[in-house]
Amino acid sequence: MAIIETKNLTYIYPGVANPSIKDVSIKVERGEFVLITGPSGCGKTTLCRCFNGLIPHFYQGELKGEITVVGMDPTKYHTHEMAKRVGMVFQNPENQLFALTIEKDVAFGLENLGVPREEIRKRVDWALMQTGIYDLRERSPHEVSGGQQQRVAIAAVLAMKPEIIVLDEPTSFLDPLSAEKIFEVIHELNKKLGITVVLVEHRLDLTARYADHIIIMDEGRVRFDGSPREILSTEETRLIGVGIPKATLLYQLLKKEGIKLGNSTPLSSEELAALLLEVLKSA
Amino acid sequence: MIEVEKVHFIYPNGIEALNGVSLTIRDGDFVAIMGQNGAGKTTLIKHFNGLLKPTKGVVRVNGVETTKTSVAALARNVGFVFQNPDHQLFSETVEEEIAFALKNFGFDTEVIEKRISWALNLLGLEQYRKTSPFLLSGGERKRVALASVLAWDPQTLVLDEPTIGQDYQQKEKLRQFIVQMQAQGKTVVIVTHDVEFVAECNPRVVLMKDGKIVADGEGRAILTDPEVLAQSSVVLPQITQVFMRLTPLGLPRNVLDVYEAKEILLKHWRRSERK
Repeated sequence: MAIIETKNLTYIYPGVANPSIKDVSIKVERGEFVLITGPSGCGKTTLCRCFNGLIPHFYQGELKGEITVVGMDPTKYHTHEMAKRVGMVFQNPENQLFALTIEKDVAFGLENLGVPREEIRKRVDWALMQTGIYDLRERSPHEVSGGQQQRVAIAAVLAMKPEIIVLDEPTSFLDPLSAEKIFEVIHELNKKLGITVVLVEHRLDLTARYADHIIIMDEGRVRFDGSPREILSTEETRLIGVGIPKATLLYQLLKKEGIKLGNSTPLSSEELAALLLEVLKSA
Repeated sequence: MIEVEKVHFIYPNGIEALNGVSLTIRDGDFVAIMGQNGAGKTTLIKHFNGLLKPTKGVVRVNGVETTKTSVAALARNVGFVFQNPDHQLFSETVEEEIAFALKNFGFDTEVIEKRISWALNLLGLEQYRKTSPFLLSGGERKRVALASVLAWDPQTLVLDEPTIGQDYQQKEKLRQFIVQMQAQGKTVVIVTHDVEFVAECNPRVVLMKDGKIVADGEGRAILTDPEVLAQSSVVLPQITQVFMRLTPLGLPRNVLDVYEAKEILLKHWRRSERK
């Protein structure tokens, strides 16, 4: 059974003339790593806000169609009930952190839910371990690096033991090395713990390799929905403003010139380099 | 011209964010400042329009020391677009947002109208002229902040993380726009983590670490040097990563661009086909 399913989901923000998402019908299976991308203003952030009920509870406006997330209809549950099941991580970690120490920040959500003390201790330690910041637990979240702050935000969400983690461009403010490490942490949570990951991201160079499933939106609608290799091998994705990985683009350009590179579209520099070495060595 | 001489900067909480930085940016330069979070990049650029004054050392903009003039006077020459557009936007409509600084600088109504249209058109924001900036997406708000600075046509443009939230086409437009600015002799300074964007632009690159500049030079040389990049937590561009792995074929390692890569590989392929 799909963990997220929408049918003809349409939403209009209050005071805006046109819907930000239109007739969106998608299915996300349990345990998938889904990448949602598309041009600036295409509705990807709006769609994610529906997954934990921020739309319509917080943003209000008009939501039509059907949505089921972890078997629940988010429009009928309180956001705090959805938050236990669906964790959200945003672009700028600073906006999400506020406690005096990192472990207090990670414990905050659990304290609010009235989880017993012992259980909080266990879950906080576990979440800090999973994200690789256990040693920093007594420091202030404001004195660690941006990459570490984003790990704190992820740990805080993880401690709730959610079934889905939704991340909206979680590395935009991070240096490239910290960004790479964050994507690796997310990838591990997905592979090791089986948590369903929904990642909103423009930079497919950094992320396409991790995804099982890509959804491309444009002007509020879903334009492509399928496997990364299949979708990134079509030329149209580029035309609507999706920046496919450079390695994938180079593969396409070389294929067009007649170099026989096989039909498995590479999504990373490693994959393309391996392919080129093989083909050009034997040539 | 911006001259930074042996600048140290200590925040009131005692953190030394700049630790002896010297840098000269000439008119018409295009500079990308890169490096890990907390390296001092944003602190450095805030010295370019006098938002911060050095604790030690000197910053001169067009020959004038920033301690001897006002931020308002410097702003006319050095336009700033911050990382987070929400720190910058406050008007009820996009149009009023752009008009605000122009009015403050005392432009005529007619000129203001023209400048607004020009900036909206350039950044693909015409349809939002009467919309509140707060109803726009993150990427769109970022472009409104850029439009409002471009409109007053400063000699130097300083952009803190301009590509965040921008899609491929918007980035390509931004790149073309920077090229155009350079053709007019304008100076552009960007602070960015976006290695791929920098690889496409190939500007002068300044790498920072712990409040110091650790490398300053031509983009291609710096972006294809794994050791130099590693100390500033910057990774190689994806195309360069591919070529690093192709050394057994005897190909160059310092390749940045997709189209350049295509030509090199095609040439290699054709040569080996003939054999």
